[in-house]
Amino acid sequence: MFPFILVVVVIVIWVVVAYNGLIALKNQTVNAWKQIDVQLKRRHDLIPNLVSTVKGSMEFEKETLQAVIDARSKAMSGGGGVRDTVAAEGALTGALGKLFVVMEQYPDLKSSQNVRDLQEELSSTENKIAFARQLYNDVATSYNTKQQQFPTNLVAGLAKAQIAELWEIEDQAERAVPQVDLSLKPKPQA
Amino acid sequence: MSEAPNLFAQQAKNRRQTAAWIAFFVLFFAWLGFGGDVALYFGSIDEYGRAHYTVPWMGIVVFIIASLVAWNSWSRGPKRILWSTGAVELTTPRTTEEKQLLNVVEEMAIAAGLPRPKVYLVSDPDPNAFATGHGPETATIAVTSGLVQTLNREELQAVVGHEMAHIRNLDVRLMTMIAALVGVIVVLSDGMGRMFRGGGGRGLGALLGGRGKKGGGGGAIMLVVLVLWLITLLLAPLISRLMAMAISRNREYLADATSVQLTRNPAALAAALQKIEAAETPTTSIRGGAAHLCIADPLGRTANLREGRLADLFGTHPPMVKRITILRGMAYQQAKTAAPGA
Repeated sequence: MFPFILVVVVIVIWVVVAYNGLIALKNQTVNAWKQIDVQLKRRHDLIPNLVSTVKGSMEFEKETLQAVIDARSKAMSGGGGVRDTVAAEGALTGALGKLFVVMEQYPDLKSSQNVRDLQEELSSTENKIAFARQLYNDVATSYNTKQQQFPTNLVAGLAKAQIAELWEIEDQAERAVPQVDLSLKPKPQA
Repeated sequence: MSEAPNLFAQQAKNRRQTAAWIAFFVLFFAWLGFGGDVALYFGSIDEYGRAHYTVPWMGIVVFIIASLVAWNSWSRGPKRILWSTGAVELTTPRTTEEKQLLNVVEEMAIAAGLPRPKVYLVSDPDPNAFATGHGPETATIAVTSGLVQTLNREELQAVVGHEMAHIRNLDVRLMTMIAALVGVIVVLSDGMGRMFRGGGGRGLGALLGGRGKKGGGGGAIMLVVLVLWLITLLLAPLISRLMAMAISRNREYLADATSVQLTRNPAALAAALQKIEAAETPTTSIRGGAAHLCIADPLGRTANLREGRLADLFGTHPPMVKRITILRGMAYQQAKTAAPGA
């Protein structure tokens, strides 16, 4: 009788520990996702500021600016799903990157303190998004691994564990390695 | 992430070591306090075999004093270190560089999944940085103004990542604990040695000597205990300091690796370390007490330059050349694995 009770007690303790471990990881994953959200919102808030600052000096770059504005409104109106967010925010990152490259060609913009502060804010936000994404992917991967591994997978149903979707870079432009032109040919104005 | 198990292993190791240090400390003071009592007890046995010294006063007093001093320096240690370097908290950034520093710390905190630590600025032209605190929630990162001026954004990020690694791996907590305990060991063994040599010691010696002659078997035991007791009293500060240095040295490689895990940019940390090393002047505002917390030895000791038996004993940091070589290797690996996919 006694060994039987012991086995039951050990099993119950294991189930409790495994269940709680899964719940903790699930909450960490949700929290890591929220961290990305915070940074994305910050970026959305900063963009109008940037646009109004550079608009005057960048008459020739209407298209680049418009692309940023469009990508922002598209990202803000998007649903909360991982896949939609990834696609919309990826487009915004691409548009912003193009704008930064173009801005390099305007010396009066580069020398303005206001623009430099804004650019630091924005590139820091870009970094924060990247790092938040990195953390989310790490946490989500360990959550996914845990719920698939034996024997924790036996309590995965009990903890209502579901595979968390990773934030993968889908945009081909973002994944591609930038081509650097080192020949000193004069560049045709695009 | 393949690094994740390493991280938790390191946290567990640090927790174990913190506990081991406390145990070592308790045992050491039990010996320092009650060892003297044992000697006194055997010394006080008279010719009839009765002991006159029965209450272990020495042990009790030493224990109470040691605990109070240790608790005090544990709870006030980080603040005192910041105060001793003249660091000022950076709350409202004025220049773009200061804003950048706050941003970089926040970025690294996000990457590590921790709350943003407080940021302090030490006004010193030599580039250096350290972290202190009781745990991830109350940690502080301090950098010198020279660091902010010398490094570019990526390098600054790598250095802050290194400090954030110390915080996340719980090195900071272990180091604060060790600093407190080693400090108490040094202070108390010094104090007790002085008492022994001074006026109080003469009375004690007379008591021990006088009784010892009359006591039969008690005398020999007393003498052995007394000699052992004196040896530990003399060696304890040295041994505990060497242990603390060994622990600090081991953590540096791991913090470098964790920094790379956070930034995914080993080349930047290698470049930063090279710039820090190239600045030859020692960091004058950071004194010995905080040396083991810094990213590079602020005193510029030659013991840190070599890897060898002597350097293994007396350096707080591994040789810079070796750290840079390891990081370069990581950068090479990264470039090699990234290239074929493109």
